[in-house]
Amino acid sequence: MKTNQLIDMLSTNVEHVRTGRLKQKLVWALIVGGAAAFCLMLTTVGLRTGVADGFRPGSLALKLLFTLSLVGVGSALLVRLMRPGQVGQKLLAFVFLPFFIVVCAGVASLVFGQPMAWGHMIFGMQWATCLLCIPLFAVVPFAALIWALRKGAPTNLTRAGAVAGLVAGALGATAYAFHCPDDSVPFIAIWYGTLVALCGVIGAMFGPRLLRW
Amino acid sequence: MLVLYELMDIRSSEPELRELMIAGLDSDAAAHRALLERLSGQLRAYFNGQLNRIGRGPVEAEDLVQEALIAIHTNRHTYDRSQLFTPWVYAIARYKFLDYLRRTRTSASDVPIDDASEMQAHNDNSRVESSLDLNKLLAEIPPKARQAIQYVKLAGLSVSEAAARSGMSESAVKVSVHRGLKALARLIRNEKQS
Repeated sequence: MKTNQLIDMLSTNVEHVRTGRLKQKLVWALIVGGAAAFCLMLTTVGLRTGVADGFRPGSLALKLLFTLSLVGVGSALLVRLMRPGQVGQKLLAFVFLPFFIVVCAGVASLVFGQPMAWGHMIFGMQWATCLLCIPLFAVVPFAALIWALRKGAPTNLTRAGAVAGLVAGALGATAYAFHCPDDSVPFIAIWYGTLVALCGVIGAMFGPRLLRW
Repeated sequence: MLVLYELMDIRSSEPELRELMIAGLDSDAAAHRALLERLSGQLRAYFNGQLNRIGRGPVEAEDLVQEALIAIHTNRHTYDRSQLFTPWVYAIARYKFLDYLRRTRTSASDVPIDDASEMQAHNDNSRVESSLDLNKLLAEIPPKARQAIQYVKLAGLSVSEAAARSGMSESAVKVSVHRGLKALARLIRNEKQS
């Protein structure tokens, strides 16, 4: 085929194109994915039970601050990554900031805490549940985000996949936070931090296969 | 990054191309044709240059030109009107080139580092035919989409005429055309999977 033939075809009855729709798809993916993760949490492990076991809203707020800041920065990156030629280089550094802060805070609270309590601070009561739940809750958000990215045309598939995995992991962690009975900062740093990062690594591995066009 | 953008800004036809693109988004067919014609020259020069270095010929380059053109057309909705146009096009061309290397199992490290200014450098007007056969490709897409493309994109019927003839609603015709072009883009990509 001659290229002119193709150009003839493509420029006959040129369709009007709306360019502002991509962000909406991403917002939908976040809403659907987040809601699915929350429902899954409710039906499997359930909400944290009441004030009796020492429920502290402060600790929930801390967890949510970590996870939602990742969701925020990650989504802002995805908006860019789903369009060709936008790499979001400046935003990329901000992805690492929540991790850095939570790790610093975790180390500080270990240093200032009593060595006797370290075991409890690190492993808490339900580290194994946390280990299972965060990646599990992240599955639907990840699928939804991949769907949204595929509506665009990402050109850096590894990075787009990594950020999608990270945001999905953070949504999974957000849902888990409503169950999580462990309040120590080192616990959040180690389990939340590692698992969300792991979701990012898995996303980076699958990105090139799932997102190619 | 800054250097790259500056390079492209100075050497390129950015303002004109961007204007053509935006007019095309608002369904100005003449502007869209002019845009694709100018881009095909730049893409041809870019892909020829890249493929030369790994010992591939102009037919493969023409395949890539066509693959990139159809990708540009079907992904127009990913262009952000507030952004520069050249980086958008360049990212698509580069993506398609790297994807081609992946498909044909050439290591990216075999290819010398390229820069965007090359795409602007010269307008190579050769008239090589690609190895793609439009009729054969069309035969492989779903019948509804094929008919819509034949009416609207090849015979040049208006969307309402095509809707009347095929018994579909106008919006169904539009959707079919879009899906058909996407399917063609996928076929072209898979055709080259060797």
